[in-house]
Amino acid sequence: MLARRAEIIAALREIVPGEGVIATQAGLRAYECDAFTAYRALPMVVVLPDTVAQVSAVLAYCHANNVKIVPRGAGTSLSGGALPLGDGVLLSMMKFNRIKEVDFANRIVVAEPGVTNLAITRAVEERGFYYAPDPSSQIACSIGGNVAENSGGVHCLKYGLTTNNVLGVEIVLMTGEIVRLGGRHLDAEGYDLLGLVVGSEGMLGVVTEVTVRILQAPETARALLVAFDSSEAAGASVADIIAAGIIPGGMEMMDRRAINAAEDFVHAGYPREAEALLIIELDGPAVEVDNLVLRVEAIALKRGATQCRISQSDAERLTFWAGRKAAFPAVGRISPDYLCMDGTIPRKELPKVLAGMRALSERYGLRVANVFHAGDGNLHPLILYDANNPGELDRAEAFGADILRLCVEVGGVLTGEHGVGIEKRDLMPAMFTDVDLAYQIRVKCVFDEKHLLNPGKVFPQLHRCAELGAMHVHAGRLAFPEIPRF
Amino acid sequence: MNTVCPRDAAELAACVAEAGAQRMPLGVTGLATKTGLGRPVKAAAHLDLSAFNGVTFYEPQELVLSALAATRIETIERLLAEYDQELAFEPMSFAAIYGTGAGTLGGCLMANLSGPRRIKAGAARDHILGVKAVSGRGEIFKAGGRVVKNVTGYDLSRGLAGSFGTLAIVTEVTFKVLPRAPSTVTLVLQDLAPQRAISALCSAMGAPADVSGAAHLPLFAARALGFDHAITALRLEGIPPSVTERFDRLAARLVDFGRAERFETPDSAVLWRAIRDVIPLATEAQRIIWKISVAPTNGPKVVEAVQREIFAECLFDWSGGLVWLAIEPCADAAEKVIRRAVAQNGGGHATLLRAPADVRARVPVFQPQPPVLAELARRLKHEFDPYGILEPGRMAAEV
Repeated sequence: MLARRAEIIAALREIVPGEGVIATQAGLRAYECDAFTAYRALPMVVVLPDTVAQVSAVLAYCHANNVKIVPRGAGTSLSGGALPLGDGVLLSMMKFNRIKEVDFANRIVVAEPGVTNLAITRAVEERGFYYAPDPSSQIACSIGGNVAENSGGVHCLKYGLTTNNVLGVEIVLMTGEIVRLGGRHLDAEGYDLLGLVVGSEGMLGVVTEVTVRILQAPETARALLVAFDSSEAAGASVADIIAAGIIPGGMEMMDRRAINAAEDFVHAGYPREAEALLIIELDGPAVEVDNLVLRVEAIALKRGATQCRISQSDAERLTFWAGRKAAFPAVGRISPDYLCMDGTIPRKELPKVLAGMRALSERYGLRVANVFHAGDGNLHPLILYDANNPGELDRAEAFGADILRLCVEVGGVLTGEHGVGIEKRDLMPAMFTDVDLAYQIRVKCVFDEKHLLNPGKVFPQLHRCAELGAMHVHAGRLAFPEIPRF
Repeated sequence: MNTVCPRDAAELAACVAEAGAQRMPLGVTGLATKTGLGRPVKAAAHLDLSAFNGVTFYEPQELVLSALAATRIETIERLLAEYDQELAFEPMSFAAIYGTGAGTLGGCLMANLSGPRRIKAGAARDHILGVKAVSGRGEIFKAGGRVVKNVTGYDLSRGLAGSFGTLAIVTEVTFKVLPRAPSTVTLVLQDLAPQRAISALCSAMGAPADVSGAAHLPLFAARALGFDHAITALRLEGIPPSVTERFDRLAARLVDFGRAERFETPDSAVLWRAIRDVIPLATEAQRIIWKISVAPTNGPKVVEAVQREIFAECLFDWSGGLVWLAIEPCADAAEKVIRRAVAQNGGGHATLLRAPADVRARVPVFQPQPPVLAELARRLKHEFDPYGILEPGRMAAEV
């Protein structure tokens, strides 16, 4: 493949002229990793198409010549989803950065995949609308990337994930064929192929257009900042809130180490001696929010909250959030490096998982800070390490893998938001049997039989599509000979 | 025809494996409420899943419920009501349309059911968290999990939604459940023509009123429920003070559309159930029913285009994005007229929901796909059911 590099580059330059093909070392280096920076690889060449026709032609060329290709949006993936292949093309979709249409009557926006998540909200906010899924990276992450990862965010318990807010995509298959799934209407007309594409981590096709639904922003939002002297008490409050029939707009938890790191960084006024801090946001009509705020306060106090502050203004609400929003960079100040893990657990298992993490922290000799989407059970343990210390990255990764296995053990899953990418690929067997994985790979085979699109992501082992094939009936014997037959 | 009642997933898998080996096409039912939906299937044998019955996991504070696939919706809803929870996607019942009933939880996923609240809360496919299933190869597999935030691998649970048993037979399903609103009020406007009505509905959806149902019943449909005028209805759910305030604000916002009337429980609930189950159009049992999905503002245009050519009564839901049509019996179900009206007015899709079996055998029941999409569907079918034994032809001739 590398011997053909010059030939491939020349062919791509025919399709995307001028600066749209990058082949210099210096130019390639900008694409060598995404936000999962521990792993880097220079692609063979980078292509930045302008038009759907170019995307189609690039994929068709790669398909005909068996060249691998890795699509990339803003490169904010935390699981290595856009990690290039040394013998592959890196396809950046960031020139697709226009909002094509806003339709307020039908409450949709049509956007190109390189438009940032926040830009969609910005485009509709003057009329009081917004796009609900709000990953923390929303200022930078692309809507196409959100589709690839089925991104969530603080508000997704109440408003859904990307898959619940996308109505349609235009997608180019590995063969170069351009397909439309969905549109401005609700419900698929046949199989839910759109449901398969969202969250497929750039492996089923390259998205060239996204139609999302927009919502009218809630009339008001108020937040509570609640301190507890144990994670058990905080966790019990979370359970009680849900049991009371309250679905907060957002509900986040931070542990003591995360609280103090954030406080050092932004001085949001967080109580430093709290073992756990809950930030609960309630949104909706004012009369409803005021009612909910009182009910949540009562629940928290009943569970022994040591402190409970209620925002009296929007400015105050934002200061409550300031520490949480700065949590990751805050942790970055107290450690040369950190690994941000991402797993989901049933909410009630949090104390058990935190205890498990404390034990693992001792075993591995590495500190961990916790930020937790309490509303939906999605955990972000931040494992602190120093890459300059030999072996520490390996230990941090082993620690992270053990945390994710623990998540699965207590009835959760390996990843709630960041995707599998390369990071969690080898942990997939902790959650899925070979047969389970085979059915996911079969879906891949439907869309990309040659496995040229973003290979090496998600699945621990590549199976050629033909291998997954025939049924076996060994020597004429059938299982369960005693059950009733046709 | 042979009927087999497997007792568990392992038996089911063995049955399917054998059927595959013999290339024996299978019909699959839970409570058989939706056998009238889809193209007629020539099955050689029938798999009755009624043994797959029972709630297996329910934790109200985790907002999760799992049940074996043939558990009755009514059973689930009764259990959830005890904890003031519900299936927020409001699955419709086919009692009016087919004379059957609400069906099973697995059937909800297989038909991707929903009701008026779809515009706010989504459909079954938006609430599915995980499945256990048996493929057409007779292999047992699982997908998803028990948590909402889950992006581990491809979303096969959602990929099975709306597949009518043609890809795999689900044996157990896990759904997200949500709190049930303590009170409901419906704002009703009268005597609006469809275009105007849909404008009112879309205006309401664009307000911070948190509308959870937006429907319009033209005169015929409204009369069927005892009203004298066309009815445009907006549902508001929540705590009483919130609902009252939102009602007042919405009434003020919509003042140009007429005087707002207020329906409380139980009238409000009866109205929305009737809309959910298409009762106003379904009761004339001989009429053919189409279900059309479009962008909301195109709903009235599609109906106008159809009514220029044939007689049709209609009902709008999802703020205009769901159009139910009832037409007089005819051999081709007016398929060309209806699908052309959709295609020429912004696109979307039309499903022939109720018609005699011979009509459904002749006329494409589900929206015909462009060749590339049809090919993807065929390949997906082939991967999950290589011998084509699961409900062959239910959705299209090749799947």
